[in-house]
Amino acid sequence: MYKIVVLAKQVPDTHNVTAKAMKDDGTVNRAALPTIFNPEDLNALEAALQVKDQYGAEITVITMGPPTAAEVLRDSLYRGADKVVLLTDRRFAGADTLATSYVLSCAIKKIGKVDLIFAGVQAIDGDTAQVGPQTAEKLEISQIGYMHDILGLTKTEIKVKRAIDNGTEVVKSKLPAMITVTGTANEPRFPSVKKVAKFKKAMTKTELSKMSDSLSYLSPSDYTEAALKGKGLLIEEWSLDDVKADPALCGLSGSPTKVFKIDSVVLGATETKEIPGDESGIRSLIHELIEEHIIG
Amino acid sequence: MSKKQVWVFIENTSKGIADVSKELLSKGKDLAETLQGEVCAIHLGYNIKASAQELFDLHCDKVYSIDHKELKDFRALPYTTNIVNAIKKYSPYIVLFGASFTGRELGPRIASAVKCGLTADCTELKIGDFDSKPDKKVYQDLLLQIRPAFGGNIIATIVNPLMHPQMATVRQGVMKMREPLKKGSGKGEVITIEAEIKNEDLVLEVIEKIQEEKKVDLTGAQIVVAGGMGVGGKENFELIKELAQVLGGEVGATRAVVDAGWIHKDHQVGQTGTTVRPKLYIACGISGSIQHMAGMQESKQIISINTDANAPAMSIAHYKIVGDLKKIIPMMIKAYKEKA
Repeated sequence: MYKIVVLAKQVPDTHNVTAKAMKDDGTVNRAALPTIFNPEDLNALEAALQVKDQYGAEITVITMGPPTAAEVLRDSLYRGADKVVLLTDRRFAGADTLATSYVLSCAIKKIGKVDLIFAGVQAIDGDTAQVGPQTAEKLEISQIGYMHDILGLTKTEIKVKRAIDNGTEVVKSKLPAMITVTGTANEPRFPSVKKVAKFKKAMTKTELSKMSDSLSYLSPSDYTEAALKGKGLLIEEWSLDDVKADPALCGLSGSPTKVFKIDSVVLGATETKEIPGDESGIRSLIHELIEEHIIG
Repeated sequence: MSKKQVWVFIENTSKGIADVSKELLSKGKDLAETLQGEVCAIHLGYNIKASAQELFDLHCDKVYSIDHKELKDFRALPYTTNIVNAIKKYSPYIVLFGASFTGRELGPRIASAVKCGLTADCTELKIGDFDSKPDKKVYQDLLLQIRPAFGGNIIATIVNPLMHPQMATVRQGVMKMREPLKKGSGKGEVITIEAEIKNEDLVLEVIEKIQEEKKVDLTGAQIVVAGGMGVGGKENFELIKELAQVLGGEVGATRAVVDAGWIHKDHQVGQTGTTVRPKLYIACGISGSIQHMAGMQESKQIISINTDANAPAMSIAHYKIVGDLKKIIPMMIKAYKEKA
């Protein structure tokens, strides 16, 4: 059975964001925005699930983020992940890709022997595509970017088709390997109704401690760490110390890139000439463009 | 003190040096001039000695060349080992990669191995000072790495004050190319570096390459006729194609249109597609998201056709036509055919 890790990220939905969502230090005020499962990470999870369906695998989804990032882990359980881990610690905050990949690599080392790691090519908040390759480097393992298809898998090797500049390439890599998955590689499956029913009560220790006061009318014996763990409903939370990371290499202090400034997007103002949308207006416009050698 | 070096990673294609590498050599030359330094190529491959002259003609002062049959195809691990060795030996001040598939796979792995910062997908690079408030220090002559962030909603300037080299990947098609020197007239120095090939780096094997010639050349097009959701449907998109064909231009599209499946992604203009700066850009039924406009606003002339006079794309246009594009485009085709 293959051991697979999927790297997932909870991201702000970046469609309608303004500079107001940024803090003064240039980092993102994530709390102010709706969050979603990073789209390509869903493709990564689907790739892992397809390996599980075809060859048999145990899938662990890990994410680094604030306590609320547990949401993507529950979602992963709904879709078929076997285990999930939340990496959360105040000292992880403000990490750039180098510090992020360091923490992820520490967590993967704690998990132990891993055959395949799948991650989305990039996250929609940063669009860097750096965390996959950097995590692979820290683990000193092979990396394959921009995967479309898995063509074959043996105990020691994986064969995949992936995008390259101006085309595609078929490559074979020894295991373990880090594979980043494109958004068109597959169609992520929906959460299973059965699994939603089972795992909607899954929670982290932090979530449990928050709800224990307000939900005293429920049978308290169901809402203890031991009870949740017994039912497989306790989402693991790992801190910096749990993954034996060096604090100097985490968070802001482990991040060589600094945000110098943030500007809103200013588009060049132009003097706009209005052309009447009738035959003569269009004809004189076309005439002008030909005269100025812009067309023709 | 030795001169500050700006390195450009040279990407090989079946047709020679990749365009993005040429663009970066031009930008690298600008940066090197500001720093009173030199622009250098870091070139890996097999049987690449002949390219050195071409690199000098492209304004390179020095070529660091690593030639080995195991480096023929791009593979992240052996490329990383060899470039990291070179970086450690020659301490460049800046290292630039194209934000191509290759550059975006290689740059991060190198940055991780060297433990330095890397900024992805820059659209502008400058040299400037960074006044760091936390450590009350001004860092002079840093590389200001400018890129859209957060889905293109903001523009961030990133610096790497401490851990050098300063590394960035740069979008294809956004840096202007300098005119190359007359063929064979460029002069420079070749530094040959012996390749280090480790067995543990050879874990990946390229079995087959399928080159797909891009049928769409948006970057090189002088005229782009682009459609947005306002076109109204896949069938209506034929009008856009017809106008493009009549004018001898390329067809562009917004992300929404590509996502809707009206046209292939190769036609997408904007931050996640191609950046264009043609002589003429005709935006049809495009409201004008920031992400789209950032990829076309440098067009020399912009015509915007929209039923909504207040659409953002109308305000950056040189000519706006308020109306139904299904009527206006045929009028344009007719008028052009009469005149030309």
